[in-house]
Amino acid sequence: MIPSLLGISPAHWAALLAGLKWTVFLSAVGFLAGGLVGFAVALSRISDSLIIRGLAAVYVNLIQGTPLLVLMFVLYFGLPVFGFDMPPLAAACIAMTLFSAAYLGEIWRGCLQSVPRTQWEAADCLALARWERMLLVILPQALRIAVPPTVGFMVQIVKNTSVASVIGMAEMTYIGKLINNATFQPFRIYLIIAGLYFLLCYPLSWLSRRLERKLNVAHR
Amino acid sequence: MSPIVSFRDVHKSFGAVPVLKGLSFEVQKGEVVALIGRSGSGKSTALRCVDRLETVDKGEIIVCGHRVSDPKIELRKLRQDVGIVFQSYNLFPHLTVEQNITLAPRWVKKADKASARALAQEVLAQVGLSEKIDAYPEQLSGGQQQRVAIARSLAMRPQVMLFDEVTSALDPQLTEEVLKVIEELARQGMTMLLVTHEMAFAARIADRVIFMHEGLIHETGSRDILRNPNTPELKSFVGVGL
Repeated sequence: MIPSLLGISPAHWAALLAGLKWTVFLSAVGFLAGGLVGFAVALSRISDSLIIRGLAAVYVNLIQGTPLLVLMFVLYFGLPVFGFDMPPLAAACIAMTLFSAAYLGEIWRGCLQSVPRTQWEAADCLALARWERMLLVILPQALRIAVPPTVGFMVQIVKNTSVASVIGMAEMTYIGKLINNATFQPFRIYLIIAGLYFLLCYPLSWLSRRLERKLNVAHR
Repeated sequence: MSPIVSFRDVHKSFGAVPVLKGLSFEVQKGEVVALIGRSGSGKSTALRCVDRLETVDKGEIIVCGHRVSDPKIELRKLRQDVGIVFQSYNLFPHLTVEQNITLAPRWVKKADKASARALAQEVLAQVGLSEKIDAYPEQLSGGQQQRVAIARSLAMRPQVMLFDEVTSALDPQLTEEVLKVIEELARQGMTMLLVTHEMAFAARIADRVIFMHEGLIHETGSRDILRNPNTPELKSFVGVGL
């Protein structure tokens, strides 16, 4: 018999770690898919076309102006009304993507626009096409600026995956609730979960601060 | 022979503020023309219109056979024929000197790596900075950065070079090293249009001087008008300048 650790039985630990796995998975989806869509959002936000710019602005404002929880409800409970089959995993992945894309899009738009106007102009004057200007001149400079806030936002993504527990997605918080229902040790179990989130997030915060310092020094 | 740059009755406003009020002038092949005038006289705007960094409201601009005032102009072609150097150098900080210079030749003109490097060496020799080919912009002085910016423009083999107050951010010594490069280009017959506050320099190299005042040419002529101005406005301007 394996002894319990921190008052949690091995079986419950196994369940928690399985939940942790899904938390990491949801975070990765939020960051990767959200990053992909977010990049398109950032480009749209600085597009020459008023319509594209407007649509992107509406999207960003809608997502930023509604709680992630409500977004999850709309996807999970709302869409099946129209005949879409929506398992919790799919709803959670889509919600995390839409959520991250709006915020990452705004962060990256700011980074692109903080590359001085004169750099865009210099690229234009060298006869570079728009995509060449973006790829060769603007993006490499924006990337440096973008790294610290992007890594910082990953912390928000990780923490916000816990919202998916309300639609039955078996990530860490959801598993914690189940274990608590069985053991009635809310203080112990939620403190352990808090600790696990901290273990995921703190390295990201630390990395973000470190990168910020490093890039600042390199910039001088 | 048709002129390299031709402005005819060019009008341009920023909002309600008219900046160019019917500007007409020409720059012939091989000519060095200095645009001078007070801040706000429209000289920098006129220069930026040549490379279509600004669009005009009315009038016609033709540069190297390209109708710049036409909304459908092919900018990629125009900008291969026109080189421009700015007050703030505008080198790309994430690229080495060589990469700065070869970026456009490689992507726009599809030069291969070896010939692009040879080109970089050639234009860097022209501005006297051969040894800096692998440096990053931040490792260079202001004067050196500006000379690299000139080399970067030359690498596109432009038919005309535009200089927009290129020494205004430099101290006198660095100014001199940049002006020497420009003077050498003039000697080699490069067609140039310069906006400058260096009156002594204009008097040294300009074939023709255009004095702008309130969006129009107020006085123009050979470089001698800087010594013997006819209008009271130019008189008071060079009185301050020299």
